[in-house]
Amino acid sequence: MSDLDTFRMETREWLEANCPAEMREPVRDEDDVYWGGRNATFKNDAQKAWFEAAVEKGYTVPAWPKEYGGAGLSPAEAKVLREEMARIGARPPLSSFGIWMLGPALLHFGTEGQKKRFLNEIARGEIRWCQGYSEPGSGSDLVSLQTFGEDKGDHWVVNGQKIWTSYADKADWIFCLVRTDKENKYQGITFMLYDMASEGVSTKPILLISGSSPFCETFFDDVKVPKSYGEDVPAYVGEVNRGWDVAKYLLGHEREMISGADGGNTGTIGAAMSRSADEIDPVLRAELAMFDVDALAYGAMGEKFLDEIKVGKAHPAQPNMMKYAGTELNKRRHELMMSAGGSRNLEWESDETSGGKPSRNWLRTKANSIEGGTSEVMLNVISKRILDLPGA
Amino acid sequence: MPLYHDEDQAMLAETASQFMAEEGSIQKQLRHWRDRDCKDGFGHGLWEQMAELGFTGILIDEDNGGLGMGHVEAGIVLEEIGRNLTPSPFLTTSVLAATALGNGSDDIKGRYLPGIVEGKAVYAVAIDEGAKHNPSRIKTRAEKSGNGFKLSGQKDFVIHGASADMLVVAARTSGADDDEDGITLFAVPKDAAGMSHDAVRLVDSSMATHTKFDGVELDGDAVIGEVDGGREILNKVLNAGRIGAAAEGVGVARGAMDMTVDYIKQRKQFGKLIGEFQALQHRASHLYSEVEIARAVVIKAQQLLDGDSEKAELMISAAKAKVAKAAGLAVREGVQMHGGIGMTDEYDIGLYMKRDRALQEFLGDVYYHANRVATLSGY
Ligand SMILES: Cc1cc2nc3c(=O)[nH]c(=O)nc-3n(C[C@H](O)[C@H](O)[C@H](O)COP(=O)(O)OP(=O)(O)OC[C@H]3O[C@@H](n4cnc5c(N)ncnc54)[C@H](O)[C@@H]3O)c2cc1C
Ligand SMILES: Cc1cc2nc3c(=O)[nH]c(=O)nc-3n(C[C@H](O)[C@H](O)[C@H](O)COP(=O)(O)OP(=O)(O)OC[C@H]3O[C@@H](n4cnc5c(N)ncnc54)[C@H](O)[C@@H]3O)c2cc1C
Repeated sequence: MSDLDTFRMETREWLEANCPAEMREPVRDEDDVYWGGRNATFKNDAQKAWFEAAVEKGYTVPAWPKEYGGAGLSPAEAKVLREEMARIGARPPLSSFGIWMLGPALLHFGTEGQKKRFLNEIARGEIRWCQGYSEPGSGSDLVSLQTFGEDKGDHWVVNGQKIWTSYADKADWIFCLVRTDKENKYQGITFMLYDMASEGVSTKPILLISGSSPFCETFFDDVKVPKSYGEDVPAYVGEVNRGWDVAKYLLGHEREMISGADGGNTGTIGAAMSRSADEIDPVLRAELAMFDVDALAYGAMGEKFLDEIKVGKAHPAQPNMMKYAGTELNKRRHELMMSAGGSRNLEWESDETSGGKPSRNWLRTKANSIEGGTSEVMLNVISKRILDLPGA
Repeated sequence: MPLYHDEDQAMLAETASQFMAEEGSIQKQLRHWRDRDCKDGFGHGLWEQMAELGFTGILIDEDNGGLGMGHVEAGIVLEEIGRNLTPSPFLTTSVLAATALGNGSDDIKGRYLPGIVEGKAVYAVAIDEGAKHNPSRIKTRAEKSGNGFKLSGQKDFVIHGASADMLVVAARTSGADDDEDGITLFAVPKDAAGMSHDAVRLVDSSMATHTKFDGVELDGDAVIGEVDGGREILNKVLNAGRIGAAAEGVGVARGAMDMTVDYIKQRKQFGKLIGEFQALQHRASHLYSEVEIARAVVIKAQQLLDGDSEKAELMISAAKAKVAKAAGLAVREGVQMHGGIGMTDEYDIGLYMKRDRALQEFLGDVYYHANRVATLSGY
């Protein structure tokens, strides 16, 4: 038996022993997802047990090095773990912007001190992070951002406004893009980390068309951000004024995550939809079949992309393609699911629909091709960096 | 298995790519034979050159003189064939016929496989009856007669039918037209009495036939596999042919896309390179995404087929359908973005559109395969 087969057997046994049955059900509600943080509460004992077992084993961030709270798995082992979790339908033990976005940026750009502190906190779900990128006047054109940090020697004083900050009202800390040099567009932005409990930080929720509001406007009013949190733990990632490099690197990971390349958005729906529909129209069946063709193909693309990323074969701008294709596909999936469900899926507040899940999810997916960079921006990047089109 | 080519496969791709670009180019092959109104629609010289490189026997096992490789490798050659629109009997002979013959007796293998390996023989495969692919209905009949059979019926869309040294024919030896069982595959030699070809040139300038069998007498040793047990082999032939056609289609898509992207980087209108217009950039980028995704599902299906996986059939149909969508988009956008000259015979982009059309129809179009994805998924 190869080492990998042995690892698979062990993983299977470990999951059997540690992943409770309740944690092998599909995520239905927001409180089925555990986000961690200072004020986090568990939905039930199963969620708590699963989370704690995963932390202990390093499986909240399996591929991170052990000294930073991970399990130090090789890419091949991490793939086995993903497959084994998918096999039993295990929920992620912890969801977090720290894992998906900040973590990879710190692994790449962080100091040893920052890694030891922040990565371990993220792995153990102690601090919940939010992302302060967008501003009312700076969305797609992110580099035009205006939030300003005035240099006061050992600290900055930050003033400005962010928008669309997901879960800002629930987050403990923010990773935030702040202009620190007004003369230099690209080389005048610093990637700062600070506590949302700092004086002068306030948030206001934004209600979405889906009826929920995990999004906020975030205001900074003379917020004092120290330049350091201790020896070798600067309050910024990378260099002062060079935060744009970090921001772009992180966006790559964010796009990868939103694309659902790791299985999130893939999977066919035809069979399930035709079973649950009262009556399936032949034209709808045909649309479902055409969708399934695309979903199967995108699933293969996701697998290929992850395989190629591991060995450095993927084009560095490939995450943009994955984000574009994956999010457009996911929107189409929800359109078809709405059609297949018929009038039942229009119910906004019924028990039958668990409080309007289908229509709320459908509405939520419309943001997939906006958040983390719009489809149009993705196409711009592909034109410029992959196809090398002039003036793009 | 990771979804990219390993070192040996990458080397094969390099060789195939160089060879096809040099020897199989549109100028040297497709246009050359077309402009001479060649009755075969391809050149035998190139076929022999491909044999020298070992390509022709890529799917034939080593005991029979081939390379004993798999569908990933056959696909590598096919993608380059597609990219250069190289007319050749590779798909029909080295993929479809070789798969059928490989499932035959030692006698059948000994009689027919060396011709493929040496690049001397061209074989056709006769499955469809009618204008749309539908292998579940086979009406052509072979009735027992003495020690052998008497074959009657008609096959359509038989690629290379008239130039082939032998035709692999799927016929019914028992049961009703739509029965799963009762199919037998026969190797029918070129000169069999009672076989006639109505040869027609297709839109892509390849040659196909409507082939009639009017009581063609066959010996018992013409049977490939078991009498009445041909469906299983036929399915293998279809799997191999469909994923092969999909691989060629990816090549067609990439060829058309590359040509178009190059073109919009050079053509100026309104004082600008047209590639600077976002309206074209976005469409080109969308096209790129679709072609990349089509490539991914093709290699996935090839690997599943090589690994004898149960999921292979579903993924093959997904691949054939996805490629049809992506390649169709590539050629349509290709002609459109070339503007008026895209409509001229002088420019190659239109040739891609024609080849794509023929490949789409071959062994099931996008609708056939999307429907199959639905059926195989249980809806
Ligand atoms: C649900 C949701 C969650 C989000 N979460 C966060 C978060 O946690 N943190 C955060 O910082 N931000 C977040 N965002 C913000 C998100 O990143 C921005 O909304 C996004 O970058 C688009 O910016 P915008 O909304 O200002 O649109 P605009 O930039 O104003 O774009 C409007 C339209 O114009 C198009 N457009 C703009 N520029 C071009 C161009 N050059 N070429 C072609 N078309 C163009 C766009 O594609 C779009 O269709 C979130 C957004 C949503 C909807
Ligand atoms: C069958 C046929 C018959 C014709 N008959 C005649 C005739 O009788 N008399 C005559 O004078 N002409 C005739 N024409 C020419 C026809 O009018 C031109 O082909 C047409 O105007 C396009 O110009 P072009 O071919 O130079 O393409 P280009 O202008 O080079 O365009 C190439 C591509 O770039 C795109 N493009 C160009 N500019 C932009 C832009 N600003 N933004 C976005 N995309 C852009 C185009 O849409 C096209 O997809 C004929 C053409 C054809 C094909």
